[in-house]
Amino acid sequence: MSTPDLTRLSAAALADRLAAGDVSSVDATQAHLDRIAAVDGAVHAFLHVSAEQALDTARDVDGRRARGEELHALAGVPIAVKDVVVTEGLPTTAGSRILEGWVPPYDATLVSRIKAAGLPILGKTNMDEFAMGSSTEHSAYGDTHNPWDLDRIPGGSGGGSAAAVAAYEAPLAIGTDTGGSIRQPAAVTGTVGVKPTYGSVSRYGLIAMASSLDQAGPVTRTVLDAALLHELIGGHDPLDSTSIPEPLPSLVEAARAGASGDLTGVRVGVITELQGEGYQAGVLARFHESLELLQRAGATLVEVSCPHFRYALGAYYLIMPSEASSNLAKFDGMRFGLRVEPTDGPATAERVMAATRGAGFGDEVKRRVILGTYALSAGYYDAYYGSAQKVRTLIQRDFAAAFAQADVLVSPTAPTTAFKLGEKLDDPLAMYLNDVATIPANLAGVPGLSLPSGLSDDGLPAGFQILAPAKADDRLYRVGAALEALLEQSWEGPLLAKAPELEVAR
Amino acid sequence: MTSTTTELVDYDDAIARFDPVLGIEVHVELGTRTKMFDGAPAGFGEEPNTSVTPVSLGLPGSLPVVNGTAVEYAIRIGLALNCQIAESCRFARKNYFYPDVPKNFQTSQYDEPIAFEGHVDVELEDGTTFRVEIERAHMEEDAGKNTHVGGATGRIHGAEYSLVDYNRAGIPLVEIVTKPITGAGERAPEVARAYVQTLRDLFRALEVSEARMERGNVRADVNVSLRPTPDSPLGTRTETKNVNSFRSVERAVRYEISRQAGVLDAGGTIVQETRHWHEDTGITTSGRIKSDAEDYRYFPEPDLVPIAPDRAWVEEIRASLPELPAARRRRLQGEWGYADAEMRDVVNAGAVELIEATTAAGASPAAARKWWMGELARTAKQQEVELAELPITPAQIGQLQRLVDEGRINDKLARQVLEGVLAGEGDPEAVVQARGLEVVSDDGPLLAAIDDALAAQPDIADKIRSGNLGPVGAIIGAVMKATRGQADAGRVRELVLERVQAG
Repeated sequence: MSTPDLTRLSAAALADRLAAGDVSSVDATQAHLDRIAAVDGAVHAFLHVSAEQALDTARDVDGRRARGEELHALAGVPIAVKDVVVTEGLPTTAGSRILEGWVPPYDATLVSRIKAAGLPILGKTNMDEFAMGSSTEHSAYGDTHNPWDLDRIPGGSGGGSAAAVAAYEAPLAIGTDTGGSIRQPAAVTGTVGVKPTYGSVSRYGLIAMASSLDQAGPVTRTVLDAALLHELIGGHDPLDSTSIPEPLPSLVEAARAGASGDLTGVRVGVITELQGEGYQAGVLARFHESLELLQRAGATLVEVSCPHFRYALGAYYLIMPSEASSNLAKFDGMRFGLRVEPTDGPATAERVMAATRGAGFGDEVKRRVILGTYALSAGYYDAYYGSAQKVRTLIQRDFAAAFAQADVLVSPTAPTTAFKLGEKLDDPLAMYLNDVATIPANLAGVPGLSLPSGLSDDGLPAGFQILAPAKADDRLYRVGAALEALLEQSWEGPLLAKAPELEVAR
Repeated sequence: MTSTTTELVDYDDAIARFDPVLGIEVHVELGTRTKMFDGAPAGFGEEPNTSVTPVSLGLPGSLPVVNGTAVEYAIRIGLALNCQIAESCRFARKNYFYPDVPKNFQTSQYDEPIAFEGHVDVELEDGTTFRVEIERAHMEEDAGKNTHVGGATGRIHGAEYSLVDYNRAGIPLVEIVTKPITGAGERAPEVARAYVQTLRDLFRALEVSEARMERGNVRADVNVSLRPTPDSPLGTRTETKNVNSFRSVERAVRYEISRQAGVLDAGGTIVQETRHWHEDTGITTSGRIKSDAEDYRYFPEPDLVPIAPDRAWVEEIRASLPELPAARRRRLQGEWGYADAEMRDVVNAGAVELIEATTAAGASPAAARKWWMGELARTAKQQEVELAELPITPAQIGQLQRLVDEGRINDKLARQVLEGVLAGEGDPEAVVQARGLEVVSDDGPLLAAIDDALAAQPDIADKIRSGNLGPVGAIIGAVMKATRGQADAGRVRELVLERVQAG
């Protein structure tokens, strides 16, 4: 191993060394490409590695730095991008056979911002097809393996981004979170993931699953890194009508302030409904230890009740498939991606569409498209979609009431640690339950952060979720950074240092 | 698809036995610079699939953004139709699979239109007005255009393959839906035509669309149903799609009334269906049966936020509305001093703008009307074109009339000049020069011609000398002939009398 191993640095630390001229972006990028070559055969976090383009960007940044140009704080720090985000010139599949070989002619807004800031894009990460799943097993291109235990799931849908960061293949990654797809993978891989306030990061260029729920955010190893990346990709975008016009509060400042470990005066609300039955004992134990640390840091704990959260999963599984059934209609073999002609009979447009969708979509996608089509049907709309929207309003009110009592709300991120690959694949309901604690934030549009709270009894990471009111993402970073600092003191280092070393391929 | 073999009932008989009820949906393509939801140019006649962006192609990841100008235009239309403007309204997705719809859903307004509850007064040919109640005017996007290749008919049936051009996909549309139009009776076809024409004129006056029927800027779907008496409940309706000229609107309604009466008379029932209009044969044929009502799975478009037009802005738009066609016609009739019948003819001939421009070019209203409604109307009728399509401009008519007023040409010459202009020989001045048509105003050549004429007809000369002025016309005629019409007949008469008395 070269001294020092650049892949072990946080993005902030690497950025400092790049800025100081200690290392070049080309070296940092190459180190990560080498790491990918060494371990990704086993982890399979990436669907596409864009080595040449990444090194081109790195060389360009090194040149600009050498010429004394003013650069973004993260310039030269490599990044991985979830394959649901469109990237001009790089294949983008959303984990689906139906988009195999599609190379988008344009960049998502967040990708434009990453490129403008000079972050080399290492490649595209694996995911459940169209972000539908909690284990990445629904990818059309094979499973991603949890670096903590290769027989286990890395969470989902953004298992690729979380695993890439956990396996030191990238210091930064982009995820998307519709019901927990950033936070739950972060929880089960011992990394940090943030779902920003709905509308605070542009959705332009995100292949939509559920438009009213989708939100892109950072996947990192530290809270500060998440703040740096969140600030880079966030902010108003005129190409997204749901984008919030006001500027974000300073997140990096909040993270730095929180790192001092002082939370005096902060009211932390513990959500009654998101603990207890269904939660693994070790997960709850780590959660309560974290609460004690927060209290010791000066925070006040208050018990808050969100009685309608018990309907969240049900409402989510009506709203999400309804929107998805419409969003996924465009995948029909007419303009881009896969086209399959029927094996017999005439190749009419309708029959080509049916054959293409039949062959191109996986089972989970079909399940949700059928569910959503049904829920939106005339005669059922009010009972299903309409009722679900009412529940959504009730959940928003629960949040409003809870935030009247507390500055942030907390819960375990996921009820369990990573389960075995294949364990829940045939039981959709068991799979859906993974997101029971993350879904309410999406339904209400509020931001959420997951950071590691320690190892459960099975030696696998557990996640701690912090939720804040809409547009108060800075609170996530302040509280998250404080808890991270206190936990790392108790662990004498980052949790990921406890992960087993991956076998390196030659 | 089988066209019915029902006997048509004579229109007058049909109307005698049934009360027709209409419902008309008019789509107008707005003349905005860019599309409804993206920055692609909303042009016409570009190469296929060049006026597109990721949004208008529905590429994965693309998102819509509402065109503010389109919203303003929709509000203008709503206000001009005396509608209420919604305090807040939303777009919805209308889900259906078809290759010319890039997202496989159309972004439209469903239960929350931007404008609703209005009316418009339609002027009929006899000068009476008929009020049409408006249910709603809502915004939506147009689809792309399919071309079916290889079939005999250009229709999808039998085609080898189809091409899709997405240039039109995403062009902003406003759809205006009437309430059931009752009480038109035998004039239903005329009301339908006049209504669509009124809207077309309105779109142009509001400057929200070029509103060219032949380009499909304005398209009408016509619903027709019959009931035994005006007190009976509404009958089953048919919807005849894409009737794209005023004349066709009238004909299609008339045809459907005769056809439906035939079905009902034969003891049949009307099927609720979409029907196709055939311009060439003047009939409608059955299209899709709508009885198993298509389920479009409408739901609010989650990619767009509600539109809440600021009240002050709406009032600003209201205050800036131009004079609407009906008011304008009344004002112009007063200014021009036309009789009601004269004005009606002018309106029906589509000559209002032409006459207005001609008077602006200096001609008197009477002269302008004389040209456009006389010689030019005849020419247009002969050539089967609209007046405005004749290759002559109001400015040219103004110039022509000035030549007459200045005495440089007479009426007869003016008609020759007009012929020259229509033949593409240039402005009236140029035609006069080129053809040498100016009135002979020099007495010299006239006197010579008069002497010749008198000498050639000595008996007539004697009669005149003896005080019988009756045959003067013959001499004048001879002089006019000799000067190829380029003489001022009045002047010739004066000179003849002088000459005879002097002699």
